Amino acid sequence: MLELKNVCKTFHPGTPDEKRALIDVSLTIGDGDFVSIIGANGAGKSTLFNAICGSFVIDSGSVYLDGKNVTMTPEHKRARRIGRLFQDPMRGSAPDMSIEENLALAAGNGGWLSRVSAADKKAFRDRLSLLGMGLEDRMRQPVGLLSGGQRQALTLLMATYHAPQVLLLDEHTAALDPGTAEKVLALTKSIVEENRITCLMITHNMQSALDLGNRTLMMDRGRVIYDVTGEERAQLTIADLTDKFRQLSGRTLDNDRMLLGVK
Amino acid sequence: MGIDKWLALGQTAAELGLVNALTVLSLFLSYSMLNVCDLSTDGCFTLGAAVGTLTAIAGYPWLSLPAAMLAGMISGFVTATLQTRMGVQSLLAGIVVNTGLYSVNLALTGNKATLPLNKTTTIFSMAKDLLKDTFLAGQSALIVMLIVVALVVIFLCFFLKTKLGLAIRATGSNTDMVRSSSINPTFTTTVGLCVSNAFTGLSGCLMAQQQKSFDINMGSGMVTVALASLLIGGVFVAKHKRIPLRAVGAVIGAILFRIVYALALRLNMPAFMLKLVSSVIVVLAISGPYLKKQLPLVLRRWKASREGGLKDA
Repeated sequence: MLELKNVCKTFHPGTPDEKRALIDVSLTIGDGDFVSIIGANGAGKSTLFNAICGSFVIDSGSVYLDGKNVTMTPEHKRARRIGRLFQDPMRGSAPDMSIEENLALAAGNGGWLSRVSAADKKAFRDRLSLLGMGLEDRMRQPVGLLSGGQRQALTLLMATYHAPQVLLLDEHTAALDPGTAEKVLALTKSIVEENRITCLMITHNMQSALDLGNRTLMMDRGRVIYDVTGEERAQLTIADLTDKFRQLSGRTLDNDRMLLGVK
Repeated sequence: MGIDKWLALGQTAAELGLVNALTVLSLFLSYSMLNVCDLSTDGCFTLGAAVGTLTAIAGYPWLSLPAAMLAGMISGFVTATLQTRMGVQSLLAGIVVNTGLYSVNLALTGNKATLPLNKTTTIFSMAKDLLKDTFLAGQSALIVMLIVVALVVIFLCFFLKTKLGLAIRATGSNTDMVRSSSINPTFTTTVGLCVSNAFTGLSGCLMAQQQKSFDINMGSGMVTVALASLLIGGVFVAKHKRIPLRAVGAVIGAILFRIVYALALRLNMPAFMLKLVSSVIVVLAISGPYLKKQLPLVLRRWKASREGGLKDA
């Protein structure tokens, strides 16, 4: 279970650039939940993920993972339990190292002085073949040679190599071409379902925000303004969502990318 | 000049090249793998030389090697701590340590700028005694250096394939990814700089023993000379090649650099030109690819400006 209590984060406090990115955000995400998050640019969606991951220290409030207070736990220690994918497919893997070496770090088997064993290689091969991209035959090639879609699929594999408790997807298919995006999304769904991973997904595609998962959050200017699940969510259409946004934020949702449902 | 004189020249160049190769391998780890430009190299080289010289003078020639490595490691630890835990920028951390080490080195030698080693038992004099009745007598220094460099190359190849080595390489390639693999980049940077500086220290120690003297300024400019060698090596072994090949490339670069330098000296280039030459090589190797990329742009700009352009803008 992931719990945020009164989380606040302000960037550049006390300057003309002051930006209140998260304002008193409280959330409880149950085990196995798949939550889609929508909101205009600058709503605080990625900042929310940064707060959960520990990319910065939040100004106030606390973050609990499985009932344990992880507010001050450094990012790399939280990473054992929290996996994350970014929009930029380049961020999740080391370009100068081979596929095999990247996977070895994600797997993290053995002690500091251990080397990649034959058993590891076999396991990597099996996992890679699940992607259906032929990467299992390119294990010794540098990751920098892969396409964006292949790299994002590899990152997905790395982030879920040991099923994390929470998986954060930050528009992870937005930079991919439509066909590849669909493939990576399908892979994501199957991995998440198979391992019953709690998942939060930021998307600009309102349709997939409603199609995927069992709960949807709408964010605006640092707050969660709408939180919907169950029967009410099942009845929602894109038009309802834009109406809701207008009603709750007092603004129109003028983001074409969201209205058109472009990936 | 007879053929044996040329051979002797080549042998000395190879010996010095192999000594330098240790510093080049150190930069191979810190600069190529960890992506840190470690400017403490000069001071650390001299530190290794000072500690190694003092240990040898005290009568422990064998101990001089691990002692110099340990000293280098401590220096690397300080540099790493400054940049990872104390908010000093990476380049500045190296420069600060480098400057501080000058005083440390003089303090170690009792404020003596030079220490002679010609009557002291060193690794090289021991090897010479050991091989004096064999046909290898004349090559004892070369053999010592070949063994040491081979050991370091083998160690590096092994080390960079371990989980720790992979983490160090990933730190230089994508720090975000290291964190998401639950590894602390502060730790990997620290280990990387400690190991790399151990080799710099060892390099300095062997240089003093090979030259039979310690000089407080012997490390000055070392980082540029070593970078030049590393980049020359990179010309032969491209970046995407496997690690062992690249490490051997670094060693070859170091030897080539010394051979070319020795030849230039024979052609009456004054010895003081060494550092300018290495600076130019570093600049060429780094900015060459950049300028090559810019050239078509410059040509297009020139062409466009001949067709009018907007000169008053």
